[in-house]
Amino acid sequence: MSPDERERLHAVWADRPGLLGFLGTVDHKRIAARYIVTVVGLLFLSGMLAIDMRLQLSQPDMRRMGPQQYNEAFALHGSTMLFLISVPVMEAMALWLVPLMLGARNMAFPRLAAFSYWLYLGGVLMLWLPHALGITPDLGWFEYPPLSGPAYSPGHRADIWAQMITFTEVAALAASVNVVATILKMRPPGMTLARMPFFLWAMLVASLMTIFALPAIMLATSMLIADRLVSTQFFAPAAGGDVLLFQHMFWFFGHPEVYIIFVPAVGFVSSIVETFSRRTLFGHVPMVLSILAIGVLAFGLWVHHMFAVGLPRLGNDFYTAASMAIALPAGLQMFCWIATMWSGRPRFATPLLWVIGFIATFVIGGLSGVMTASAPLDLQLTDTYFVVAHLHYVLIGGALFPLFGAFCYWYPKATGRMMSERWGVVAFILIVGGFNLGFFPMHVLGLEGMPRRIYTYGPDMGWGTLNLVATIGSAIAMLGGIVLTGNALISLWRGKPAGADPWGAPTLEWAARSPPPQHNFEEVPVVTSIAPLWRHGDLPVMTGLATDRREVLVTSVIDAVPQYRHHSVGPSLWPFVAALATSGMFVASIFTPWAVVWGAIPIGVALVLWFWPRRPRSATGPLARR
Amino acid sequence: MNGERALRRVGDLAGLPTSAQGPRNLVWWGNISFMAIEGTGFALAIGACLYLLGQSPHWPPPGDSLPGLGWSGAFTLALVLSELPNLWLIRQVRAKSIARVRLGMLVMTLIGIALIGLRWFELQHLNVGWDHDAYGSTVWMLMVLHTSHVVTELVETAVLTVWLYTHEVGDDQLGDVEDDADYWTFVILAWVPIYLLVYWVPRWL
Amino acid sequence: MAGAAAVNGGRSPVPLVALLLTGCSGIQSSLDPAGMQAGATFRLFELMIVMCGVMYGAVLLFLGASVWRVRRQLAAAPAIEPADPGLGKGLWAWGGVIVAGLVVLATGSFFVERALAAARAREALQVRVTGHQWWWRIQYRTPDGRWIETANELHLPAGRTARIELGAADVIHSFWVPNVAGKMDVIPGHTNVIDVSPHRLGWFRGQCAEFCGAQHAHMAFDVKVDSPAAFDAWLAQQGRPAAAPADAIAARGMAIVTGGACGLCHVVRGSAATGRAGPDLTHVGGRRSIGAGTLPMSRGALQGWIAQPQALKPGTMMPAVPLDGADADAVAHYLETLR
Ligand code: HEA
Ligand code: HEA
Ligand code: HEC
Ligand code: CUA
Ligand SMILES: [Cu+2]
Repeated sequence: MSPDERERLHAVWADRPGLLGFLGTVDHKRIAARYIVTVVGLLFLSGMLAIDMRLQLSQPDMRRMGPQQYNEAFALHGSTMLFLISVPVMEAMALWLVPLMLGARNMAFPRLAAFSYWLYLGGVLMLWLPHALGITPDLGWFEYPPLSGPAYSPGHRADIWAQMITFTEVAALAASVNVVATILKMRPPGMTLARMPFFLWAMLVASLMTIFALPAIMLATSMLIADRLVSTQFFAPAAGGDVLLFQHMFWFFGHPEVYIIFVPAVGFVSSIVETFSRRTLFGHVPMVLSILAIGVLAFGLWVHHMFAVGLPRLGNDFYTAASMAIALPAGLQMFCWIATMWSGRPRFATPLLWVIGFIATFVIGGLSGVMTASAPLDLQLTDTYFVVAHLHYVLIGGALFPLFGAFCYWYPKATGRMMSERWGVVAFILIVGGFNLGFFPMHVLGLEGMPRRIYTYGPDMGWGTLNLVATIGSAIAMLGGIVLTGNALISLWRGKPAGADPWGAPTLEWAARSPPPQHNFEEVPVVTSIAPLWRHGDLPVMTGLATDRREVLVTSVIDAVPQYRHHSVGPSLWPFVAALATSGMFVASIFTPWAVVWGAIPIGVALVLWFWPRRPRSATGPLARR
Repeated sequence: MNGERALRRVGDLAGLPTSAQGPRNLVWWGNISFMAIEGTGFALAIGACLYLLGQSPHWPPPGDSLPGLGWSGAFTLALVLSELPNLWLIRQVRAKSIARVRLGMLVMTLIGIALIGLRWFELQHLNVGWDHDAYGSTVWMLMVLHTSHVVTELVETAVLTVWLYTHEVGDDQLGDVEDDADYWTFVILAWVPIYLLVYWVPRWL
Repeated sequence: MAGAAAVNGGRSPVPLVALLLTGCSGIQSSLDPAGMQAGATFRLFELMIVMCGVMYGAVLLFLGASVWRVRRQLAAAPAIEPADPGLGKGLWAWGGVIVAGLVVLATGSFFVERALAAARAREALQVRVTGHQWWWRIQYRTPDGRWIETANELHLPAGRTARIELGAADVIHSFWVPNVAGKMDVIPGHTNVIDVSPHRLGWFRGQCAEFCGAQHAHMAFDVKVDSPAAFDAWLAQQGRPAAAPADAIAARGMAIVTGGACGLCHVVRGSAATGRAGPDLTHVGGRRSIGAGTLPMSRGALQGWIAQPQALKPGTMMPAVPLDGADADAVAHYLETLR
């Protein structure tokens, strides 16, 4: 590429300066970075809530918080952690990584990516602004009717929770559609499905699961809102409604949701293990088959969250067997990762440490999941601290530890700087050690009869000591979180400059500059193996993608044969405006159902302008300008 | 590349076309994905209806009257028949016959307006309020869900029609028309089970 | 009950379980089973701990070995895509071990589930429990077909199976006495049934396990497992109307309870107090605690409860009824005599 062309390419992909450039950008890396910064901020906020709860529970009969404050704390903590942190952060990682790993210049639908962030931000504000005003949802991360219905929860707390979900789920769906289309249609020449890195498989499966799981919760919360605002009777037993319908719909979403969080983490772990073991992933095919199996099985297990509601026992046996079956693909994955390390030449940098912490911690959570999967045993375990322990082991050990590893792994690519290894190890020890110290005792507390979601307990219950230990451990883990974030911030300007490929990694993102320019790649890389950067001294590329307009290469779904050069849309304010209009409609709908009708008009206008194709006026036809 | 690696040129893409039709087109996949999302939504709403129906001894509960068959029959017939001009439209898109595509879109817009009219009368004859009982809520949920799709599709078709008549049409816009037509088929297919569930299942039970 | 827990822990074949038990008070613990159902699930739990412990050990061993092995052999440089027939076989073997383990666990779980379902055949006593925000209404069916009502304290005969019918008055709750059996949700619009067969005498504690609003934490109840004879005597006594006031202060208390606001929400059988919104008070003085496990029973506690229920249990559905000090004392004294 001549310097001239390079100049032009830069100019074509550059964002406008100033506020308009900020609001209108469609650069997938900028959008993903916004997501991640928002998530880290929220991790702190909802971590503070957790520490608040832990202090309240550290001793029997504490009076730090009343029941209302405590109920708000766990509701906000759980809802934020799942809807505003865990799911979005995985999408953010996909938005950032997928085009880079594909050697592509942007996502398939750049404006949709921008829209999804703005809407997500709307969801964040929807939950946290009212919290600042003292209107906080107070019924947990799932709000079962009739408690959340009009009779027992007057006011707007439950409405806020339900609409926050609508926001984030629309955002998540938009992001998933984008990821699916990008992975299927924008792979570089030669990257057949068989040569697709495992990470992309994980992202593909997670996004497809999102597409089929999220409509369930949107429907469930819409029905709840309708019951609350326009007096429908879906969940009113007196008028033929059924409260269990909500639980079925919630968990039809809720169970796949936890794998939507976990499957991308499996992708992070695989990438890290591969790079730091300096060999390709052992058992690539079994690994792919196992996440496909998890993706399918996940839709048949939701009843294991409802073993105590009194469904027919024969059905319970079925759901027990199906839930336990997940241990097979999960167990095989564990084997493949460890086998990769076994037969490779591992280098124990922080990302790989996080993987080891992940395996040692997640398996405990997985095994406690197998215990709760047993219907009769779950009657003792459900709704106790045993489940609280399980869910933190799998969410923190199984999803956040890999995320932290991924963060350390791709940090040099994103910023051009290395993070401090020494502080990385300190953070690792504090978080993994503190976490296990804090959460292992909760298993015992649950077995000793401590129910979840209680704001206090009496001294005669004998739960005081273990709760104190749990609080101390949590505080240590939180300290580790601060060290990790501090390390990331300080390394931004103190870190050693990282080259394009500091770890000697196999996948295409490491062929781009660190940090990558806005268009990521100048030429289109050609892939001949599953580890393209390990195969060749020089990288085969194809030239010919335009430099005077935004263009991306579209290839065939299975074999990645080039099909056409797609015009990729540029920056636009309309996704922002559309998200603003949608937010206005969602918020207003809490106060009047008519908002759904009137609010549709500005949304429609924004969408029309967003998609309005810019072409010359017609010179033919009845309305031609002659 | 911009990294430290030497590049070896193995081919050139400049000769590739800059647009494509059907599943080759990137946008087609976005459209299909959104249909998958909405199709799942429809399936779940139908599932919720079947669940409530299974839980209650009578459907509709004693005292509720059945929804009318007249306007709904007219709507259903008109909707199903609209697939014929829709198929014709898709053929014209493939043939890249711009004048006919414009005409087809105009016709589909008018059909859409007529359908909304029929739907309006149909909604007057559901014979139950959404706040009356769970049966009423369910019927209205299914109807609102489908109606919102008809309205969205109509607006999209109308806007696209106006655009087509006032601008030079390129391959990308033909792709848009095709996606719009595919979506129309989706709206028709989604109606079939809902029609049976709202109008016939209560009569067969 | 700590003693009983220790005894049980000593009996446990699994040392880890014994370890877990230290520090456990045992009156509300699934680790100290005192009923058929809790016993069956506890044995299942032990099976799970052993199996999962072995599997976890295997994973850690492999992980540790692969880390250690590497330290030794850094010099050898295998290929980027090594062919490893040994590991391939290992993968199959590990898959087989997992399947075998899962079959054992699923089978065990299936049989325990059958055992829980089978209890129904031996049912004897019929009890109805209704969950209210945030207390429990409890009714027993006598052999002659009457229903005897009480609240917040469940008595069960040892060695017999009680069939407990669960109904909800408002939102979803969950009935749980971990020493005796697992949970069963209490759901408006559904009638759930749980069978319990306690076999060890003593006091236990149950608690609502499904989040049900502000005072979910204080929706507990005491459970007394009695010999059948003692249980029958207790039930007969509960069936009797309230005792007449024994002294003048009690008489004054009774007048306030039956004539004032209290009677609008509470029943004192044999008096004019016939309200149904709150717990039956006919024999409240005989109960172990007040406010669904919030306070231990005593005259002072009763007085405090009547004066300031909202301070002791913020959010409770019982309002503070304005009474002067002497009146409150009289009411507390009267209620205490209702045994
Ligand atoms: C990342 C999130 C995540 C993940 C990955 C999992 C994984 C699993 N979960 Fe978990 N789960 C949650 C998040 C997650 N869960 C959350 C948030 C809740 C609580 C919701 C709420 O109520 O608030 C929950 C609750 C929950 C329940 C309901 C409990 C209750 O409320 O009573 C159940 C019951 O079956 C369950 C089961 C499982 C199982 C079987 C797995 C399996 O996938 C685990 C598989 C992994 C392994 C088993 C380990 C590796 C395998 C081996 C080493 C092989 C050998 C094993 C054997 C032979 C046993 N989970
Ligand atoms: C991902 C999800 C997630 C995470 C991270 C956490 C983190 C924590 N949780 Fe959370 N929790 C839930 C999800 C999560 N929780 C859910 C879903 C529920 C159920 C809610 C309900 O019942 O409705 C729950 C409920 C719950 C309860 C039970 C409440 C009850 O039932 O009464 C408790 C009690 O102790 C608790 C404690 C904690 C603590 C102490 C932490 C943490 O403090 C642990 C320490 C912190 C860290 C390990 C993170 C530190 C990292 C950073 C700050 C950022 C650094 C990152 C980068 C730079 C990339 N949680
Ligand atoms: C508006 C209804 C209402 C009124 C009036 C009322 N109570 Fe109550 N009472 C309740 C409810 C509801 C409970 C259960 C509260 C809980 O545990 O959360 C209760 C609980 C109690 C209890 C504890 C019972 C137990 O088994 O735990 C006592 C004792 C009691 N009330 C006495 C009184 C007295 C004495 C008065 C009058 C001075 C009174 N109540 C007036 C509704 C009422
Ligand atoms: Cu009742 Cu919790
Ligand atoms: Cu689940």
